[in-house]
Amino acid sequence: MSEFPSRARCVVIGAGIVGNCLVGHLSDMGWEDIVLLDKGPLPNPGGSTGHASNFIFPCDHSKEIVDLTLESQRQYEKLGLQNTCGGIEVARSEERMEEFKRRMTSAKCWGIPSTLLSPAEVKDLVPFISEDVILGGFYTPSVSAVDSLETGTQMRKKAQEAGHLEVFANTEVIDIETAHGTNKPKITAVLTDKGRIECETVVIACGVWSPRLAEMAGATIPLTPAVHQMADVGPFDVLVETQQELAYPIVRDMDTFCYERQTAGSMEVGSYAHRPILHRVDEIPSNEEAALSPTEMPFTADDFDQQMEEAIELMEFLGDGEIKYAINGLLSLTPDANPVLGPTVEVENLWSAAAVWIKEGPGVGRLVAEWMTDGYPHFTDPHGADIARFYPHQRNVHHIEARCDEHFNKTYGIVHPREQWASRRDVTVGPVKSRTDALDAFYFEAGGWERPHWYESNQDLVDAYGIQGRQHEWDSRWWSPISDAEHLHLRDHVGIVDLSAFQIFEVSGPGVLPYIEHMVVNKCDVAVGGSIYTPVLNPSGGFRSDLTILRLTESRFRIITGAFDGGRDEYWFRHNLPGDGSVQFENRTNAICTLGLWGPKAVEVLATITETDLNQAAFPYGSCQQVLLAGLPTEMFRVSYVGDSGFEIYAAMQHGQALWDAIMEVGGACDLRPVGAAVYGTSGRLEKGYRLMGAELENEYNPVEAGLARPKVKAADFIGKAEYLKARDSDLCAQLCVLSIDDLNCEAGYLRFPMGAGNEPVLSLSGERLVDAKGRVSRVTTAGNAPSVGKYLLMAYLPIEACDRGTKLQVMYQNELYPVTVEATGANLAVFDPDNGRMKA
Amino acid sequence: MRILVCVKRVPAPGSRINVTPDSLNVDTNHLGFTTSPHEECAVEEAAQIVEQHGGGVTVLTVGPSEAEEQLRYAASVGATAFVLVSNDTGIDWDPQQTADAIIESIAELEADQGQFDLILFGNESADSGGHQVGIRVAVALGRPAVNGIKGIEVGVQGVTARREVDGGYEVYSLEIPAVLGVKEGINLPRYPTMKGRLASKKAEISARETQVAPGAQQRRRLHQPEETVIETEILGTSSDAAPKIVDLLEELGVL
Amino acid sequence: MAGVYVVVEHDQGQLAPSAGEALTAARRLSDHLNEPVIAVVIGEATTEFVSLCEEHGIPKAVSVLDPQIVDYGPELWGQAMAELFSLTEARVVMATGTDRGNEILAQASARAQIPFVANCINAEFSGAWELTRMQWGGSLLEDVTLDTSSLFISYAHHSVEAEPLAAASATQIESIEMNLDPVLCRSLVQDRVTLSEGTTLSTAAVVVSGGRGVGSAEGFASLEALAGLLSGKVGCSRAVTNNGWRSHADQVGQTGTRIAPDIYIACGISGAIQHWVGAMASKNILAINTDPEANMVTKAGYAVIADLHEVVPAIIAEIERRRGNSTST
Repeated sequence: MSEFPSRARCVVIGAGIVGNCLVGHLSDMGWEDIVLLDKGPLPNPGGSTGHASNFIFPCDHSKEIVDLTLESQRQYEKLGLQNTCGGIEVARSEERMEEFKRRMTSAKCWGIPSTLLSPAEVKDLVPFISEDVILGGFYTPSVSAVDSLETGTQMRKKAQEAGHLEVFANTEVIDIETAHGTNKPKITAVLTDKGRIECETVVIACGVWSPRLAEMAGATIPLTPAVHQMADVGPFDVLVETQQELAYPIVRDMDTFCYERQTAGSMEVGSYAHRPILHRVDEIPSNEEAALSPTEMPFTADDFDQQMEEAIELMEFLGDGEIKYAINGLLSLTPDANPVLGPTVEVENLWSAAAVWIKEGPGVGRLVAEWMTDGYPHFTDPHGADIARFYPHQRNVHHIEARCDEHFNKTYGIVHPREQWASRRDVTVGPVKSRTDALDAFYFEAGGWERPHWYESNQDLVDAYGIQGRQHEWDSRWWSPISDAEHLHLRDHVGIVDLSAFQIFEVSGPGVLPYIEHMVVNKCDVAVGGSIYTPVLNPSGGFRSDLTILRLTESRFRIITGAFDGGRDEYWFRHNLPGDGSVQFENRTNAICTLGLWGPKAVEVLATITETDLNQAAFPYGSCQQVLLAGLPTEMFRVSYVGDSGFEIYAAMQHGQALWDAIMEVGGACDLRPVGAAVYGTSGRLEKGYRLMGAELENEYNPVEAGLARPKVKAADFIGKAEYLKARDSDLCAQLCVLSIDDLNCEAGYLRFPMGAGNEPVLSLSGERLVDAKGRVSRVTTAGNAPSVGKYLLMAYLPIEACDRGTKLQVMYQNELYPVTVEATGANLAVFDPDNGRMKA
Repeated sequence: MRILVCVKRVPAPGSRINVTPDSLNVDTNHLGFTTSPHEECAVEEAAQIVEQHGGGVTVLTVGPSEAEEQLRYAASVGATAFVLVSNDTGIDWDPQQTADAIIESIAELEADQGQFDLILFGNESADSGGHQVGIRVAVALGRPAVNGIKGIEVGVQGVTARREVDGGYEVYSLEIPAVLGVKEGINLPRYPTMKGRLASKKAEISARETQVAPGAQQRRRLHQPEETVIETEILGTSSDAAPKIVDLLEELGVL
Repeated sequence: MAGVYVVVEHDQGQLAPSAGEALTAARRLSDHLNEPVIAVVIGEATTEFVSLCEEHGIPKAVSVLDPQIVDYGPELWGQAMAELFSLTEARVVMATGTDRGNEILAQASARAQIPFVANCINAEFSGAWELTRMQWGGSLLEDVTLDTSSLFISYAHHSVEAEPLAAASATQIESIEMNLDPVLCRSLVQDRVTLSEGTTLSTAAVVVSGGRGVGSAEGFASLEALAGLLSGKVGCSRAVTNNGWRSHADQVGQTGTRIAPDIYIACGISGAIQHWVGAMASKNILAINTDPEANMVTKAGYAVIADLHEVVPAIIAEIERRRGNSTST
């Protein structure tokens, strides 16, 4: 055994699938002085990896998760530790059969061969299934089972053999020490029961224990240990006689939230159907106290009885199998069910690699290693898994438990892309909530904020504009025809939008100009009152964010970003602050509220409550001025994300309601209506071809491809500049386009409406996926109605050869094909008012 | 055969057993519960006897209401009737009190339904290990009793029981009714099947309340034995340690 | 009420290995209570019995006689002790907590209607009884008090080491004839079957034991070979029995056999509590395990951190090498 080290460059805590794979990849990427610790013994230290069912269904609707899963399968396969047995999801309900069409769409998009099976075809593959209880199956031959413990062992050993890693099992971390860093505490050492290791970087890959470790350093990793019940049942002759670990495809009984996986002569039956059983970290026993392992908690049989009955319905012989082993296995759940990866927001050089399934483990190992090595991962954009995505009120146990309690039973559920949370609502509300309540707003949650998505009080407009409903329930779920009516009303008259959820930061100080120039692509040295819309890039030149910056004074800038991006953007802007104190960062989100007023009558309405000249000449597009509105101090910013003339108006939070009231009072004459975020964020934006972070904009694409490259590049250096310059000089291989659907009729003869949820592939006329020279697949990033142009529009990156206007292609939605035509590409993607005459009127 | 099996609900601990802050009980916070292992085998033995010779298996437990879980478990592996004598005091009765509660219940059960041919106990409970409840019951009932049983054969007249001793076993021939204290190893108990588990949910459990006289034996404290700290001498980390090991064996004079 | 009566266990006249333990514990208790110790044999007082008593300086012993006592019978022996208790007005009746010792005391105490506390490691009286006894096979201790004067107590097997006196002294033997209820003969031993001659798991000086780490029934072959070379026995953990690799008779542990060999060689055994309590009385422990932090390793006096499948054959080879050398020289 080697001597316990007193120093290391990097300490990784947790030797489960994630920690082991991470150290393997770090070693490959040139990290030479790594220590891996676990408080349990090896190879199974007692965490979730040790009792995992170890199977992988690669198809998911999320690109990020699929990328991680496919990468993991590649790594398992490379080590020869993957058993590709195939897997079938079976449906017991019509709704599930519909979901399978959606899964087929996703499978097509990601290139995962899959087929829909009839009950008889399912029985051909799984002869012991009761085909009369199912309506059909979704079959994926590449479903596999893997050896996660051995994979971890080999990854770890590889790093040890390279001389880059020392491993200490049975070593408990007692404290993670920090000291004052540039802008926040930074890691200095890890204290264990075997000694103290000074180090620069610490990664917490401790699964269910991660929150406790994070707390030692003063950070948060928002996850909760939760129970997943499983039982090993058998033996069964039909399985024993196969003499194989996995002779039959793994079956997921989707409508009962259960799975049946052969393990040699037995069947492992697991469930996500039981009541959510959440534990606190302190309730997990130690290795010594646990009867099995710490994460194999005592089975609570009552919670599993219904699942047994349903399992027997599906496979009758299961009833006669002995329950040889049954556990309440612990796994990690986060408030939104995604992993929590990346640098923690509270402590410099403290990383999280937690809440990861076996199917993502090796991929996450590579991803986090890339992130630590190069500043941001390459192989997929993990913005949905970035730990910085959570706001402070989402990092505590109340929020975590409420949300996990709500989504646990959706693990195998059919979750609509627009689905809204029911728990922990009305926690963050803007100043006009009582007013929007009175107008029967239907709220969506935006980064925790309650944001009106449409207003039931505008129902009269639906008739006035003759808006049709949607026939298919799926298309009309979390949607209202009111939104299209609001859209048209805004274009005809004027609408007010509650934008309280905007994330607003201010940076100031003597060093602010060089700092902000360093952070963003476009030139920020504009006149006071000027504005900058700009991409923010990762070092690799891909999108990290896009946002708007206002120059308030010579040495103060306001940064405005979206409700979904505030956490990650705040991390990034703080992380890059200079260490000399020359720039101050303030998050002003809770101090400043934003209202938006757009439409041909916007100026007319506002002019009645201010003496400031609002005409275009005096107050040009893109400029910001301090304005007294109805006696309330505001900053008005002439800008538009919806394509009509108007303003974003910033006021102190405490004046928000008075401001709303004042505008509404005078707006009556112009038929001012409240307008929801469905118009602001989708239909209005889509008609103008404006891009959205997380949809069109992500790390895999650069500003040139997104059509956001300016003619000139500023002289100042900025993050990602080198790669940006390279991209400008290279031949374009893909470009963002707007497409319209030629015919929305489905095979059954009524209209369908693609969601733009990211999983709908754009296909050639012969039905082939479009893959650009960099291997990126064309898929719909946004979809929605464009009521003012009478079209249903999509956005998608297309290979450069398919970008010409008028190109005919197809899009898949719910496993059916719809003909589409390229409408626009390049910098100006506007289908409505492409010359921007209305905004500048 | 009418067989009664008396079982005890006990925690299933890991390699360290913690006690509650008041030191009066095992801290069962994250522990599951099980049937004491000898008694699990007794239930299995009874089930096998009944499968072969007909009859029924009544399982009785004295304990908290949660001990219903152990009765249902017994139901899932073949027992047919269930009695829960509740002790909700939060602490086990002492052996005499426990025996008294069982004796009273048996009297009533037998008055109602006739005599039990065989009453099985575990040799001793996994937790408190008092080694006497079954025998106290047998003495009170005036029935023969033998402990340490690792084999039961039912004959025409009675039962033949094997008792494990060092290097072999003793044979006892007992007329029925008789009382036996069973030891693990008598059989390999079956696991419940899923059907068995589901059927056990419908098992009817007859709950009994009983008054017991104050016990003579009072628990004052549970505590960990003083751990003699042993300095482990590592003789090696590979098969190269063999000479050192053999030196040690020579030194101890066992070679 | 006076006297500490201690049952000296025997089988058909042959004293049990625990007999010396019982007398040692009884002497200590008698010193503490300041009451005489009286050794009790059910049946004839053999010379072996008498000399053991003399070695322990027991002044007085009782031989309980009844023509019906032809062999062991829990009820008959229990009744004999119960009657002796009332006849002598004994203060304490005690035995070593072997299967038979506990059984006799349970029978006797039930018949005498006196409390019985099994598997004590300490007993004191100061106005009331204060006892420390084993729970969970000894991994947890329980302090109990009893408000009675008379008591039946067993001392946990192996918790007391037999300590004969330096100089023996004469023991006076008193025979007590009884007239026990003949019905109690219904539970006498009828027959005996010997499965293994000579050393058994519980008496072996060397036990070579295997756990889950052995991996299969076949994996025990090398353990058998090593045990053979050391004239020892092979044991196993509960995991092994549960996997069906070996019979339950080989199981060392709380619900298996409790052992106290000169050396316990634990191969691939993690040392779960239920196993440990069966092995903890071993005089020396050598753990062979790949995990340096396994419970068995940290509790062993000696350990080899390596794969048992490599180490055990190496030990065998080394023993054979040395033996080869010694025969050739």
